Amino acid sequence: MIRFDSVTKRYAGGTVAVRDFSLEAPSGQITVLVGPSGCGKTTTLRMINRMIDPTSGRILLNDRDVATLRPFELRRGIGYVIQQGGLFPHKTVIGNIETVPLLLGQDRRRAQARALELLDRVGLPAEVAGRYPAQLSGGQQQRVGVARALAGDPPVMLMDEPFSAVDPVVRAQLQEVLVRLQGDLGKTIVFVTHDIDEAIKLGDQIAVMRPGGTLAQFARPPELLSRPADAFVAGFVGRDRGYRALGFAAAGALPLAPERTVRLGGPLKAARDRGADGWALVVDDREHPLGWLATGEVPDAALGGDVETGLLSLGGTLATEAGTLREALDAALSSPSGRGVIVHPDGRFAGTVTASQVLTAIESRAARLRQQAVHDAGKQPAGPGRSGRSADDDVAATGIGRT
Amino acid sequence: MGALWHYFLSNRQQVQGWAITTIWLAAVPLAAGLALALPAGWAASRFRWSYPPLVSLAGALYTIPSLVLFLLLPGILGTGILDTLNVAVALTVYTFALLVRAVADGLSAVNADTLSAASAMGYTGRQLLIGVQLPLAVPVIGSGLRVAAVANLSLVSVASIIGTSQLGQLFITGSSLGILTPIVLGLICFVILALCFDLVIRLAMRVLAPWRRAVPG
Repeated sequence: MIRFDSVTKRYAGGTVAVRDFSLEAPSGQITVLVGPSGCGKTTTLRMINRMIDPTSGRILLNDRDVATLRPFELRRGIGYVIQQGGLFPHKTVIGNIETVPLLLGQDRRRAQARALELLDRVGLPAEVAGRYPAQLSGGQQQRVGVARALAGDPPVMLMDEPFSAVDPVVRAQLQEVLVRLQGDLGKTIVFVTHDIDEAIKLGDQIAVMRPGGTLAQFARPPELLSRPADAFVAGFVGRDRGYRALGFAAAGALPLAPERTVRLGGPLKAARDRGADGWALVVDDREHPLGWLATGEVPDAALGGDVETGLLSLGGTLATEAGTLREALDAALSSPSGRGVIVHPDGRFAGTVTASQVLTAIESRAARLRQQAVHDAGKQPAGPGRSGRSADDDVAATGIGRT
Repeated sequence: MGALWHYFLSNRQQVQGWAITTIWLAAVPLAAGLALALPAGWAASRFRWSYPPLVSLAGALYTIPSLVLFLLLPGILGTGILDTLNVAVALTVYTFALLVRAVADGLSAVNADTLSAASAMGYTGRQLLIGVQLPLAVPVIGSGLRVAAVANLSLVSVASIIGTSQLGQLFITGSSLGILTPIVLGLICFVILALCFDLVIRLAMRVLAPWRRAVPG
């Protein structure tokens, strides 16, 4: 656990970067510091490993005041990832990753074995081990940066806008890597970003900071979206809050309609007879949905043939039964037939749902939340991020539906 | 061409001996000057206030005409006027003057992100210098060294005026006898030596900074 205790950082010129900042980042979770530029989020992060020392206040790492620890010893126990990796240009990929183990005095062979294992964990092929950072793409460099930070197996990781210099597709991949690694490793991570979407995607809890270095709100993502503390947070969190909040709402029991599915490779004629409203859902041998077949568009001449992949309309997204309302609504809205495809967790077809059915579920959930808000209004919130949470808001905490 | 070859063969022993002296006279000051410039350059990059005076001092040293230095040093060092030590010390001074700035700039040019990542990983100040800054400064220091090597060689030839016996003697012989052959031979020898020095330094840089080839530009 990392605890900030009324921490203030004032620079020599009188500028205050961080003002009376208190916060608790729980162990084994991702705490995101987010805010516009100049809000002191990077300064806050760098005070944890004493790259910057606070003017007043204390920072406790597992109940030990970091000011009492020797900086280089403290830092060897804290992984650190920055924009563009901050990799050593003169060291190979493997040389970069084994840096901290070697600083910790491990022998070279063990450090090397560990580095190779980490390379695999962050999704890089072993061939890149001997390359130099300049020979890698931005995304690969960033993966190496994450592997390097993990090499000393530190319980704590600090990440300073690690993914902001890569394109959106690569950024999404890197975020997936982090979520997957965190699921396995359970590090205590403090992550700085200016991107609220990234914060919502990765954070177990989010600290929104405002210019001047004060904490505007500290809450779990669903609460941040549904109950911004003030106009600044509301403005920063941005538009589509209501829709994005559905990404944290479990879909629950939706009324699934059965569908007469068609096998890939089966006769087209049978498919045309089975389709409802001109659309038939095509599945593979394992009952995994593949796409929709527009039965009305199949020319009579082709009717003797089989159902082939080329005939399918692939536009629809899939939602899982255990997923979120946002996924379910998206599946319904994106389906060419208007019927959203819901699958079992193992990928088998479960049933279809229409947009209006999902909206009904959304409506009833909202009504339930409103009632609860009225009920809670008389009580004081229990603490940061813990007020107003109901069972079905807890998707984020269990890790389902984060993507 | 034939006359040149004939002259070389008939004076082979002497030219070879001179060549070896020339190599020593250029190489030893190069190493000594680098050894002195490393701590001074480090100081100039580490303590910002010391950069301007150190670099100005180095510049001032470099402006002293070599002949003046060759003649002043015996008085300062208490050496004989013909002692090769005078030449070695003078060239060390010039090498030092050239390299202080290269070392200081090379150490300071290391990317700030790289440095802060290194200290965030728990490098101590000395580990940072030896493990990160110095290796990354190799290309810049190496370029300075290549300039210094060529400058040293040409200054060695000047030293023949005060009587040290090395390849510069070929120029003295040529001009005193009024024949071109030894002068041309001396010229060729100095060019070959300069190319060899350059090659050795470039090979050393390749070994010390293998990453350099991976960096575009």
